[in-house]
Amino acid sequence: MKINFILNGREIELTAPSDVRVVDLLREELELTGTKESCGSGECGSCTILVDGQSRLSCLMLAAQLQGREVTTIEGLADDAGRHPVQEAFVQAGAVQCGFCTPGMVLAAVDLLDRRPDPSRSEIREGLSGNLCRCTGYQKIVDAVEMAVHREEG
Amino acid sequence: MREVFLPRTLDELWDLLRRRPEAVIYAGGTDVLVKLRAGLIAASSLICLERIEDLQGVRDQGDEVYIGAATTHRTLLADPVIQEHFPILIQALSVLGSPPVRNMGTIGGNVVTASPAGDTLPPLYVLDAEVEVRWSDGAKRLPLSQFILGPGKTSLGPGQLLAGVWLRKSADYNVHHFEKVGQRKALAIAVVSLAALLKVSDSGRIDQVRLAWGSVGPTVMRSGEVESALEGRVISRETLDQAAALAQTAVSPIDDIRASGAYRRTVAGNLLLRLINYAR
Repeated sequence: MKINFILNGREIELTAPSDVRVVDLLREELELTGTKESCGSGECGSCTILVDGQSRLSCLMLAAQLQGREVTTIEGLADDAGRHPVQEAFVQAGAVQCGFCTPGMVLAAVDLLDRRPDPSRSEIREGLSGNLCRCTGYQKIVDAVEMAVHREEG
Repeated sequence: MREVFLPRTLDELWDLLRRRPEAVIYAGGTDVLVKLRAGLIAASSLICLERIEDLQGVRDQGDEVYIGAATTHRTLLADPVIQEHFPILIQALSVLGSPPVRNMGTIGGNVVTASPAGDTLPPLYVLDAEVEVRWSDGAKRLPLSQFILGPGKTSLGPGQLLAGVWLRKSADYNVHHFEKVGQRKALAIAVVSLAALLKVSDSGRIDQVRLAWGSVGPTVMRSGEVESALEGRVISRETLDQAAALAQTAVSPIDDIRASGAYRRTVAGNLLLRLINYAR
């Protein structure tokens, strides 16, 4: 089927089987491999993308559902001025170990800060609770989101 | 390839169901698409309900509130009517799955999945929720407890759709309490959960009580016996201990990968002890 949607700020039209998973469409067809897949069943958050600004799991969405939506993947977060403040904070805080969970963590944090611009540390942990880090580097990830809050304030 | 349909109106849906009676229906996809990928269900075509306006949102109808079946948990959590009248549902929704699962999953999906561990179900049982079932030329309302027949089983017939959930506003209860015990805080499937609505008098007496447990039987379980043991009594450790002992015999849990039946039985009782927090 023909699908029209906005991907990382650009209108695109493509033809794809309507039942292909969004994570596969992004990675295999569109070569946007920043979106990761780990569990494939909604438990890990690796495949998080933003759909109309809300974090969603691209392993549990089918291509047909993208019609008319606005999608942001990790590749679309930076702009001409540079990295998104959350990305910058992850770099500054050293919140990356193996990096596999990072795209999902960053997008979950962007969604959280959009809803709650000044979260407490426990609200940050709750906001990221759908994203697993198998390196267990959670402290620095939470540090990074806290840093992004203050960066955006400053 | 399986065709995926996104009808925009109920009329389009009825038309599709006539042409594709075997199609599998989903909304958020957090249950159905997982089972599909695991090969637990088969589908030659899929119908996604997310674009049907009629199935979306919360409608305040005076004495009652109607929740469209395809309303996401996130939308419900942010809804002022739900926050004001049904705090017990808010408590359960806030520990359901994880943020992205709440952004996708829907109340109708949680009901139709009919898992004994479904987090919205114990609150919906104590709130005496009714469900609205529709089909191409008819509709009916029935109590949720009659709609859910067993694990994964509902009374939905071919061509029928769970269209929404009805909740009656009530000022009868001044305590709304939900607690879930799982293996971790987020993304936990309930090992045992308890929903409790209480009317506690100024002197600490329980004037009215409604209890429902999740994950301790084939469906959400209620116990008139335990409720009677609490009604009219002042909240105290002794009263709660007696009720807990009764609850442990009233439930019928099984052993599974998450916990043993014996552990569930113990916890089902012990969760009542938390009500001590509402003693005056």
